Amino acid sequence: MSELINKVTQLLNDKTIDVFIGYEKGSADRIRAAFARTAEQAAKLVYTASCTQNLAGYLMKHEVKKLGKPGLLANVAALRSIMQLASEFQVKDGEVYVLFANADGSFTEFTSFASIEAYLGTTDVGIKSDEQEMIARLEAMSVQERWLFWNKEFDKCIKCYACRAACPMCYCHRCTTDVNQPQWIPVASHERGNLDYHLMRAMHLAGRCVNCGECANACPMDIPLNLLTYQLIDPIKNTFGATAGMKADAVYALSTYKPDDKENFII
Amino acid sequence: MEKELKILKYNDLPKLIERFRTQGYPVLAPVRKNKVVEIETVESLDAVALDALLSTQSAKKAAFPKVEKVIDYTLGKNAVQQVPVNPETHPETILFGVRPCDASGFKSLDAIFGDTPRDEFYLKKKEKTTIVSFSCPVADSYCFCTSVGGGPGNTAGSDIQFTAISKEELLVEILTEKGAKLASHFTDLLSDTKGDIDKNKFLAEVKVVFDMNAVVGKTTASFNNTALWLEQSLRCIGCGACAFVCPTCACFDFQDEQNTKKGVRLRLWDSCGFSLFTLHTSGHNPREVQSQRWRQRIMHKFAYMPEQLHVVGCEGCGRCSRACPVDMNIKEHLTSIGEIVTV
Repeated sequence: MSELINKVTQLLNDKTIDVFIGYEKGSADRIRAAFARTAEQAAKLVYTASCTQNLAGYLMKHEVKKLGKPGLLANVAALRSIMQLASEFQVKDGEVYVLFANADGSFTEFTSFASIEAYLGTTDVGIKSDEQEMIARLEAMSVQERWLFWNKEFDKCIKCYACRAACPMCYCHRCTTDVNQPQWIPVASHERGNLDYHLMRAMHLAGRCVNCGECANACPMDIPLNLLTYQLIDPIKNTFGATAGMKADAVYALSTYKPDDKENFII
Repeated sequence: MEKELKILKYNDLPKLIERFRTQGYPVLAPVRKNKVVEIETVESLDAVALDALLSTQSAKKAAFPKVEKVIDYTLGKNAVQQVPVNPETHPETILFGVRPCDASGFKSLDAIFGDTPRDEFYLKKKEKTTIVSFSCPVADSYCFCTSVGGGPGNTAGSDIQFTAISKEELLVEILTEKGAKLASHFTDLLSDTKGDIDKNKFLAEVKVVFDMNAVVGKTTASFNNTALWLEQSLRCIGCGACAFVCPTCACFDFQDEQNTKKGVRLRLWDSCGFSLFTLHTSGHNPREVQSQRWRQRIMHKFAYMPEQLHVVGCEGCGRCSRACPVDMNIKEHLTSIGEIVTV
C-alpha cells in the first residue's frame, strides 16, 4: 500500500498529475472510487483484491475532467477501456497517466498508449470461466428458452439506468433512450420498454464492450446484463477479426464503410 | 382509534393470507428472487420472505408503481377524446410483511401527493391499501431509522404491526380503523395478551448516529457550499438506483405512447439524479453537473420537505446506499453534514 501512496504523492507533488483516481475503503466492507488531489487524500488510497471497479468510466465525467490531468489506477478492463475510448477519439495519448496494478501487488507505469497496447498484446483479456459457462448455457438454449430467460430477467428492470451510467463505453452526451420526441425506445419500464432498451444497448456495445462487467455489478436488481454484451464478443471477433479495447487506433468495423465491403449478406 | 394488542400463534399466520385471498384481496409481500427481494403479489405465506432484512425496492409501488396508465385517448378529426383512468377501480389491497420504514415512508408520499393539487391516482390507491408491517428483529450497518425519527418498531403508517415475541407467538398491534377491519377476518385466531409485553426487547438495536435537527438546519444553510456537494458526489455516476428503491422519492415523468389513432398517457418514475431531469428544451440545464443533482437530492429530503410539508423525506432504511453501485452512503453523508462546524 505504501508503494502506491508514495508513488501517487510524488506524482501529485511534481505535478505530473492533478488528480489520481484510485480506491479507498468504503462503507461496511465495500471499496469505492477515490479522487486524490492532495497528499492527505493520497494517504487514504488502498489496493486490495476487492478493488475491482473499472475506474476508466470516470475519465468521461465532466466534473472529474475539470480537476485537471488524471492519473488512473487501472486493471485490465480499465486499460482496455482507455484503448477503446482512444479509438473513439475520447482520450488522447499522454492525457492520462496510468498506473497498472499487477497480480503480484506491484505497480507498472504506462505513460503511452503504445506501452498499454504492448502489454495487452501479451495478456489474457477473455471473460472469466464462470461467465463462459453462463454464455455456453445461453447458447445451448433454444431461441424460445433464451427469449423466456431474458424476458424473466428484464421483468425485474426498473430502468434506473445504473448499467448505462456504470459502463465506460456509455458516454454519449444524450442517449437514444433519452429522446422522447419521437420515442425510438419506449421510455416506460414496461415489458416492451425494458426489452427494447437492453437490446438497443447490447447492439450499441457490440464490438465495443471490454467485458469489465460494471453493468451487471451496478444493477440493483441483479440482472446479469454483462452476458448480453459478452455473447456478442465472439461473433464480432469471428466476423470482423476485431476485439474491443486492444488498440488505440483501431478502426471499428461496425461504424466504418469501405466501397469494397462484401455485400453478400444483403438479401 | 386506540391501539389494540393481541396475540397470534405463528402457526396460524398462513391462514391469514388464505383468508385474505378467499375474501378476494390481492396480497403484496416481499418475495425472494436470488439476490433480490421484490414486493409482489403472493398466494400463500410460503412465498413471503418474512426473514428478509428489507425488500430491495421499497413498498411504494403499492400506490405509486413504476409505470401507471392515467389516460386513454383517441385522436379524432377535430378533437382528442380522453378517458382518464378511474382511480376508484383500484382493488382493496393488503401490503403484508413489509418493514416499519416502508409503512412510514407512505407518510412522506401522502404529504407530497396530498398537497395541492391532490394526486388522486396515488391517494386512492393508498386509501385502498391496508399495511401489515413486521417490526425488525435485525438491522444492518446501512439502517439508520432511529436518526430520522423512526425505529425498528415504529408503528407510524402501519395499520397492523406484528412483532415476533417468541418462536410460537406474535404480538399483534391493531393500530387503525383499517387495521381493525382487516383483523375482523381473523378475530378467532387472536387471543388476549397476558401481562405487559415489552416490545422493545424483541427489536433490533439501531443506534442514533446524527442529530436530525442539526442535519436539517445545516443542509438548509449549505446550498452554496459547492465544495461540500462536489466532494460528496465525485464518485456518483448519475443513475437513478437510489431514487427508484427509495420509499419516499416521488418524482415522476409523463410519456405518451400512441399509434396513428389512439394512445395512452403513462406516469413513470423519474429521478433528480438524471441529467435529463432538468434539461430545458433550449439546451440549458440549470443543474448541469452531478454535484448539483446530488445537492438537490439531499436538499429536497432534508431542507425543502421539512420546510414545505413538515416531514423529513427519509426513513433511514438505507436502501439507496445498498443499491448504489459506487457506495454513495447517505448515512455517512448526512453524518458529515451534521458535523459541519460553521456553515
